[in-house]
Amino acid sequence: MTAYIIRRLIYAIPILIGVNLITFVLFFVVNAPDDMARMHLGEKRVTEEAIQTWKQEHGYDRPLLYNPDASGLARVTDTIFFEKSIRLFVFDFGSSDNGRDIGYDISQRMWPSLAIAIPVLLVGLAFNISYALFIVFFRATYVDIGSVVLLVAMMSISGLFYIIGGQFLLGKLFHLVPISGYDTGVEAWKFLILPVIVGVIGGIGAGTRWYRTLFLEEISKDYVRTARAKGLSERRVLFRHVLQNALIPILTGVVVVLPLLFMGSLISESFFGIPGLGSYTIDAINSQDFAIVRSMVFLGAVLYIIGLILTDISYTLVDPRVRLSP
Amino acid sequence: MRSIERFDIRRLFALGLAAALLAGCGEAPWNDPYPAGDATGNRVYSSFAERPKHLDPARSYSADEYAFLAQIYEPPLQYHFLLRPYRLVPLTALAVPEPAYFDIDGNPLAQDAPAESIHRSDYLIRIRPGIRYQPHPAFAADGAGDYRYHALTALDLRGINQLGDFEQTGARELTAEDYVHQIKRLAAPWTHSPIAGVMQKHIFGFEEYAEGLAETVEKDPLERVARLRDSEIAGVEVVDPYSYRISVKGKYPQFAYWLAMPFFAPMPWEAEVFYAQPGLRERNIMLDWYPVGTGPFMLGENNPNLRMVLERNPNFRGEPYPSEGMPADEASGLLADAGRPMPFIEEAIYSLEKESIPRWNKFLQGFYDSSGIASDAFDQAVQIDAGGEPVLTDAMRERGITLLTSVEPSVMYMGFNMLDPVIGGDSERARLLRRAIAIAVDFEEFISIFTNGRGLVAQGPIPPGIFGYREGEAGINPFVYEWIGGRAVRRSLDEARVLMEQAGYPGGRDRETGRALTINYEAIATGPDDRARLNWIRKQFAKLGIELVIRSTDYNRFQEKIRNGTGQVFMWGWNADYPDPENFLFLLYGPNGKVEHQGENASNYANPEFDRLFNAMRFMEDGPERQAAIDRMVEIARTDAPWLWGFNPKAFSLHHQWMYNASPNQMANNTLKYRRVDPELRERLRHDWNPPVLWPLWAIGVLLVVIILPALWLVWRRERSTAL
Repeated sequence: MTAYIIRRLIYAIPILIGVNLITFVLFFVVNAPDDMARMHLGEKRVTEEAIQTWKQEHGYDRPLLYNPDASGLARVTDTIFFEKSIRLFVFDFGSSDNGRDIGYDISQRMWPSLAIAIPVLLVGLAFNISYALFIVFFRATYVDIGSVVLLVAMMSISGLFYIIGGQFLLGKLFHLVPISGYDTGVEAWKFLILPVIVGVIGGIGAGTRWYRTLFLEEISKDYVRTARAKGLSERRVLFRHVLQNALIPILTGVVVVLPLLFMGSLISESFFGIPGLGSYTIDAINSQDFAIVRSMVFLGAVLYIIGLILTDISYTLVDPRVRLSP
Repeated sequence: MRSIERFDIRRLFALGLAAALLAGCGEAPWNDPYPAGDATGNRVYSSFAERPKHLDPARSYSADEYAFLAQIYEPPLQYHFLLRPYRLVPLTALAVPEPAYFDIDGNPLAQDAPAESIHRSDYLIRIRPGIRYQPHPAFAADGAGDYRYHALTALDLRGINQLGDFEQTGARELTAEDYVHQIKRLAAPWTHSPIAGVMQKHIFGFEEYAEGLAETVEKDPLERVARLRDSEIAGVEVVDPYSYRISVKGKYPQFAYWLAMPFFAPMPWEAEVFYAQPGLRERNIMLDWYPVGTGPFMLGENNPNLRMVLERNPNFRGEPYPSEGMPADEASGLLADAGRPMPFIEEAIYSLEKESIPRWNKFLQGFYDSSGIASDAFDQAVQIDAGGEPVLTDAMRERGITLLTSVEPSVMYMGFNMLDPVIGGDSERARLLRRAIAIAVDFEEFISIFTNGRGLVAQGPIPPGIFGYREGEAGINPFVYEWIGGRAVRRSLDEARVLMEQAGYPGGRDRETGRALTINYEAIATGPDDRARLNWIRKQFAKLGIELVIRSTDYNRFQEKIRNGTGQVFMWGWNADYPDPENFLFLLYGPNGKVEHQGENASNYANPEFDRLFNAMRFMEDGPERQAAIDRMVEIARTDAPWLWGFNPKAFSLHHQWMYNASPNQMANNTLKYRRVDPELRERLRHDWNPPVLWPLWAIGVLLVVIILPALWLVWRRERSTAL
């Protein structure tokens, strides 16, 4: 397995270079270094001299991808792309365009993101699986049909509706929780209730339908028929056999998103005033802070790759038939 | 084992229930976003939508940032809180400095000397002795009197993650040298001060000083500070510990206004040395993040991702509340605190609130003391009465909320690129075309539809409240309005069509080619909300048969088009730096043209007579002569019509009944010190307004039982049912 993991990590290097290159090109198609300087220096009374000084100080005075004036390897290395990208591979994110240390900011802001994402994942998983099993238990009945209609309706509603609706009902109308905000330490709990409830409810439609499909696929297999023929109760068939065998696709979906929980939610964090990495990314895009944008995209790519490797490893744990070849 | 688990669960449940009941018994509303007991504190609660980019007074140039900075840093002057028109008064200075004029040989000149004879204006600023800085580690001294934290090692920085982690603080008296040091910082290229370019034109020796520092850009931050301390600007000198002099090129009366902006606030060299040390920047401890000032407040908590807290500066001298105001101020209680030492509050808590809906709802619940009004909530808060005046809705009045309105010193205009061969230029044809469009584009309707009526149609470049603005019939733009029945009435479309015909575009078609006149409109469109606005603009031009092509782009490309002069028509705005007509009329001054001179004249308008009058007007004192010059300039601009004058936005703000001394002042940013609150009233009303509504919880519980019990019964029955 070690050899497999090393091989996957080596494969990740060209993927990360590609991701970084695409991010770089897309960003600079929209934002020239001059635009970035103007954004950071302000809109009023900005002189060309100030723009040039800013670019020089922040390393944006070089060519983007290829330096024809340099010689040898410097044609590639003496560029914005190389200078800004190479340190990422040792997880040195450097400073944002307004001078703050990105690594420190990420280390501070991932906790609020996790504080929401983990309960949403766990509670959502427990609820969705239970509900899906319940529906499967009553498959082809009015309970099944009614639930599917409800789930499709819930899937079709925008996430924003759940957020605003939750804030209106629980925060504004019933005065049960703060509408938005966040605090550190134990004071954080009262701010987490609403985003977690909204996150769980918002995910019920798609999540439960997905698990229902998985369980229905399993329930038609021979081993289930055998289990029933042995006289096992439907409840035991579902929980002891169907659920266990459906774990592989469930794990595929869950393990791959585990590392990405750090990245936070873009909309939810903004509406609830949660200072997580989702709002960090949005702020950076709005302020054209390339240093943060590339760091977050790079981090997202790394975490996704880690998620995929973890998924592969988890296969071997839940299904003894699966072996990772070196 | 099982019994122990059961006991724990029971105990946890009981504890949870008890906590919930206690919370319901009046400790704090359940939806209170602040820690328990906070409401009784002498605090102001507010919000901010965007994290400040800069908290360095040499760099910051944004109203959002000034909301914090202006409470911490003290430039020598400030605007009077209550008197109108806006008036400069001393802050740390003993008096508003009167410039002393000199000719080219250094001979003193009289105050009324002609501007062209004045080579130099000296501003001698005397500051009050005894003003002290806030407690800060940069001033902390050890037993020997040496600075405790000016030679930090890696070992010293262990466990230091924020400024508050330094155990010791110190303070010292404000001196004139601190103000001079800050002016040097404005010139330093590495500071990136947005006004460096402006000051180069005005302060003697500023440009040469900046050039002399160019080689220091690459140096170590500590060397940079040392370089600033060791060098002098020719036109800025420390006279004595409490006085400094700034020499300004020629006559520049507007310079005094700059002295009321945070750019000219003092900066102690100790702070620069402290923050320049290696290891602090990596911990995000830097001057741009942790201000050091003499003002009534200091930054107690700086977490712009969550909350900014301003705490009372224990070393603040206690400035008295103003004793004079406008006639109506006495009746409205704005002079009740006259002479009392400020600030009145201990703390101001600003919470990050990016979205308008939660911000508005929290204001209604009493968790913010004041609020603006988002478009979504406008109808809920304000209605227009029979006289056309905005008044609060019944719901707002019942809560004791007050509404304050004021016209902002800003202008939102539609500009024509005067370099464009079709729409621009000095020809009579183009002038008539622009005037026709000026009649057709109905800004009254625009204000009504897109700003909820929060604006005043502009008749010229100068907004109300600024010297040179004229009210009533004398103030209308005669090319667009008529004075009928005591009010300005927009001229008819027929008149606009006649102008179109005179311009050679009858019915919107070019008389020579027969083709429809097509004009490009440069727009910044960021979302679907912009579509309605752009459609509206298209319809305005269509009234004259003009085909308007909307060229939507992002803000970067939009700016690029304006810089290169490739656009035809666009909409832009200007927010005043200071309340002087020069700060608006310079937007039409030829040598300020965007394309040729990279100035702020985005329409690239140039009229020799206007420019000549501008050069004379800028040096004049407010009075009949200046008014006459402005009148003529406005007349020229109206005739040439390089802009559709657009509108002056109106600021609406709401304040809860426990908030006192809220008066709209569009120029002053340091208004927190005037605020007073009644915390007991606030706490009582928050309780009254936010009782937890528990029946939904019971209802959900009952609903779950109603759903789960039959489901369990169904499961039970199904398991026991036979296959056939």
